[in-house]
Amino acid sequence: MGAVEVVNVPFNSNAMDNTGLSDTALLSFVRTALVSAINGDSDHYTQIVGSMYLKEYSDTDSVAELEVLLKCLSGSVACIDVFHHRELLASIFRMSLWDHKPYVMDALVGLVISLAATSGKYLDSCLNMLISNFIPPPFVMRLRQSRLDDKKREVLSRVHAALERISYLVPLAPSRLAPILIHKIPKIHAKEFFMMTYVDNLLKLENSSIGKVVGSKIIMVVMERLRDLDLEIGWDDILQDDSSKGMFDMELEDAVDGTMNEGDEVAVGSQNTNSSDGNAVSELLDNLMVRSFEHLESCQQAGRLDEVFEILFVSFENLILNTFKAKFSQFLMFFACSLDPENCGVKFARKLLDIFLSSNKPPLTRMSAVAYLASYLSRGKFLPVSFVASILKRLVDESADYCRTCNDEVNPKAHQVFYSGCQAILYVLCFRMRSILDIPRSQSALAPLESILTHKLNPLMVCLPSVVAEFLKQAKAGGLFIVSKAFIFDDLLESELSRAFGGFERLDTFFPFDPCLLKISNSLISSNFNYWSNVKPTYDDEDDELCPEIIVNEDADSDEDCDDDNEDLDYDMNKMSITPKHSFMLETDRLSKMPSRIRPSTSPAESF
Amino acid sequence: MEGLKLSNAELMIYIHPSKSRNVYQAIGRELSGLLFQYNETFDGVLLAYDADVKSKQAKILSGLNPYFGVRVEANLLLFDPKPNSLVEGEIVKISPESIHVVVLGFSAAVITDVDIREEFKYKMRDGEGCFVSRSHKGHTLKIGTTLRLQVQSFDEEVMHIAGSLLPENTGCVKWLEKKNTEQALHMDRDHKRRKIA
Repeated sequence: MGAVEVVNVPFNSNAMDNTGLSDTALLSFVRTALVSAINGDSDHYTQIVGSMYLKEYSDTDSVAELEVLLKCLSGSVACIDVFHHRELLASIFRMSLWDHKPYVMDALVGLVISLAATSGKYLDSCLNMLISNFIPPPFVMRLRQSRLDDKKREVLSRVHAALERISYLVPLAPSRLAPILIHKIPKIHAKEFFMMTYVDNLLKLENSSIGKVVGSKIIMVVMERLRDLDLEIGWDDILQDDSSKGMFDMELEDAVDGTMNEGDEVAVGSQNTNSSDGNAVSELLDNLMVRSFEHLESCQQAGRLDEVFEILFVSFENLILNTFKAKFSQFLMFFACSLDPENCGVKFARKLLDIFLSSNKPPLTRMSAVAYLASYLSRGKFLPVSFVASILKRLVDESADYCRTCNDEVNPKAHQVFYSGCQAILYVLCFRMRSILDIPRSQSALAPLESILTHKLNPLMVCLPSVVAEFLKQAKAGGLFIVSKAFIFDDLLESELSRAFGGFERLDTFFPFDPCLLKISNSLISSNFNYWSNVKPTYDDEDDELCPEIIVNEDADSDEDCDDDNEDLDYDMNKMSITPKHSFMLETDRLSKMPSRIRPSTSPAESF
Repeated sequence: MEGLKLSNAELMIYIHPSKSRNVYQAIGRELSGLLFQYNETFDGVLLAYDADVKSKQAKILSGLNPYFGVRVEANLLLFDPKPNSLVEGEIVKISPESIHVVVLGFSAAVITDVDIREEFKYKMRDGEGCFVSRSHKGHTLKIGTTLRLQVQSFDEEVMHIAGSLLPENTGCVKWLEKKNTEQALHMDRDHKRRKIA
C-alpha cells in the first residue's frame, strides 16, 4: 500500500475509452487525473466531469463507462479535493438515481456512501442528494403504472439502504438529516403523487433505525403538513350551499354514519363545483391521513405505538391544539387512541385534562384542550364508560372548587376557562349520560354538578344553548337532578354570552372530533366513532312533551340573516354559530339531532 | 486510548423562570443539550456530566432578560482527539481503499490507503475483505476488530476523524497488547537470567 501508484495507461483520443483496461489501471488513471487537476493539468479531469452527464437513454457503452467511472471514483475518494474538484462533486450531487439503470444506480450509491463516510465535508451534500431522490422527477409520471412501480422500488430501496449504510458508518449522520427532510418536503400545492411519495418515504424512514434519531422530527413534519392542508380547506368547501337549512341539518352525520359512499353529498368539496382546488387538497389530505393511519397501525404491530404516541402528542400540542380551524388532522390522534384505548386512549384524555388544569398555560390553550377532551370523550366509542365518568368527575370537582372560591356574578370573559369546563361537562353528558347513570354511585359522584349549575356564575346561561337544552332534557329524563325553575331562561341573549366566553376564536363552538368528512379516513374511523344518531339519550322521543319548561330562547338573529347574500359572510357565519333558530319546544326534532356538527365561524384568525 | 479527559468546571447556567419549579431538571436539560457536540469553551465533545448545585442562591438578570443564573459545579467527561494522539474504535467497513472505524460509538474515523502502512496487504478471506500484515501473520484487521489509530485531524462539526496506520504502534489492539505483554515477559526473563548469572 502507500502512495498512489501512477500507472501510464495508453489512453488515446478519448481518455475514457477503457476497453481492455484492468480495474486497477482504470483506478490509477482516475486517481492520476484527480491528482493532476490539483497540480494544474485538468485535461483528463475535464473529460471525467463530462462523462458524468450521461442518462439512462444514452448508448450502452457510455452507460457502462459511467458505471465504471463511478466505481473508480468510489475507490479514489481520498484523492478528491473539495476545492479543486468542485465541478466533479457538483456533478455527482446533481445526479438523480431516477435517470439511471440499476447497475449505474448501484455504482452511484456506492460512490455517495464512500464520500459521506470518508470526509465530514461531504456528509450533508450526500444526504441532501439522497433525500432529493425521495421526489421523483416529472418524467416518471408519464411511465406506465407497472414500470413506475418498478422504478420506484428500484430507486427508493437503494436510497433507504444507502441512508442506513451511511448511518452505520457515520453514527451521527441521522442527526443531520432532520433539517434536510424538513427543507425538501414538497410545497403545499405540489402534485399529490410527489407529496404522497415523499411522505411515504418519510414514514418508512421513521420505521427504520434512523427513525430513532429523527422520528420525532418526521412525525412533526408530517403532522405539520397535514395541518397546513387542513387549513387550506375552508369551511366553504365543506358546507352545503343551501344556507336556508338550519344549522343542525348541517350535522352531516346521516351520511357519515359509517356508510359514506363515493359521491355522498357531505364529502369535502363535493358540493362546491367551483372548488376544484379544494377537492384536490381534500383528496390529498385524505390520502395522507390514510397513509398516516397505516403507519400508526404498523407501529402498533411492531409494538412501538406507545413510543410513537408520545411524539405524536407533542406534535399535536405544538401544532394542532392551538389551531382553531383544524378540522381533520386531529383525527390522527383519535385513530392512534382507537388502536390502543387502554394505553394511548387513556393517556390522551389525561394529558388534555392536565393541560386544562394547568394554571401555567394560557387560557385559550386550556379552553382548546377541554374542547378536545369533551369531544374526544363523547366520540370515542372505544373508551370505557367508567373512564369517561372518572374524567368527568375530575372536571366536576375542579369546577365545584372554582365555584366555592368565586363570588362573582355572570361574567363570560373573566371566567372563560371555567365556562369552557362547564360546557365540556354538559357536552359529554349529552352523549354519555345514560351509560354513566347506569354505573353505580355515578350519580353521587356527579352531585356537585347541581351546585355548579346553580352558582351565581350561572354556566347554563353562558354555555351554548343547544348543548344546555339537550343536557337539561336528558338530566330531567334521567333524574340526574331536579330541573328546577332556576333553569328556565327567558329573554336571554345566550349566544352573545357564549360568544363572549368563547372569545374571538369562538372556542365555545369548537367540537374538534365532530364527524370526519374525509371519505376514506372516515371509513377507517367510523367503527370506533360515536355518532349522535347512535347515542341513546335518557329520554324517549315520546318524552318530549314532558319537558315543556325547558325553553332556550331564540337568538336575536333571525333566519333571514342566514339567507343574506355573501357580502357579509363572516358576520353571517358568526351569527349562524350555535344558537337554534327556534325555541326548543318548536324545534325538538331538530335538537334531537343535536351536537354532532356545529358550524364554526369563519371569521377568526386561523390560529391564535 | 487517548483523547479523553475529565474536567472540573464551574458553570453559570441560565434558566427560564418557567422552569424554576424544578431547577435540577432544568440544569440537566441544559447540559444534556450540549452532549455529543463540540464545545469550544470545554475544548472538546461533552460525553457525560455530573453536576451539582453548590449554592441555593441564583442571580436574577436585570433588564429585559428574565432568566436567572444558577452556579453549578460539574465534572465533565470530554473527548478531544488532538492530532497524533492514539484513539481506538471498531472496524465497520474494509475496502482496498479505506478502513472505516467508529470510535466510542459515535465518531466516524477513516483511514485511506495512503495512510495504511506498507506492511498491510488487502486480502479476501471467506468472502470478506481484510488487511493482513506481511511481517506478522497473526496481525489481521477485519470487520469487528478493535483498531488503534493515530489521529491526523478531527472535524469538530461532524465528529469525523481522519486517521492513520503509519506508526508502528497502531493496528489491532488485541495483537498490540499481546505483543507488548510478550515483550515485557521476554525482557523480564532476560533480566532474571542476567541476575542469576
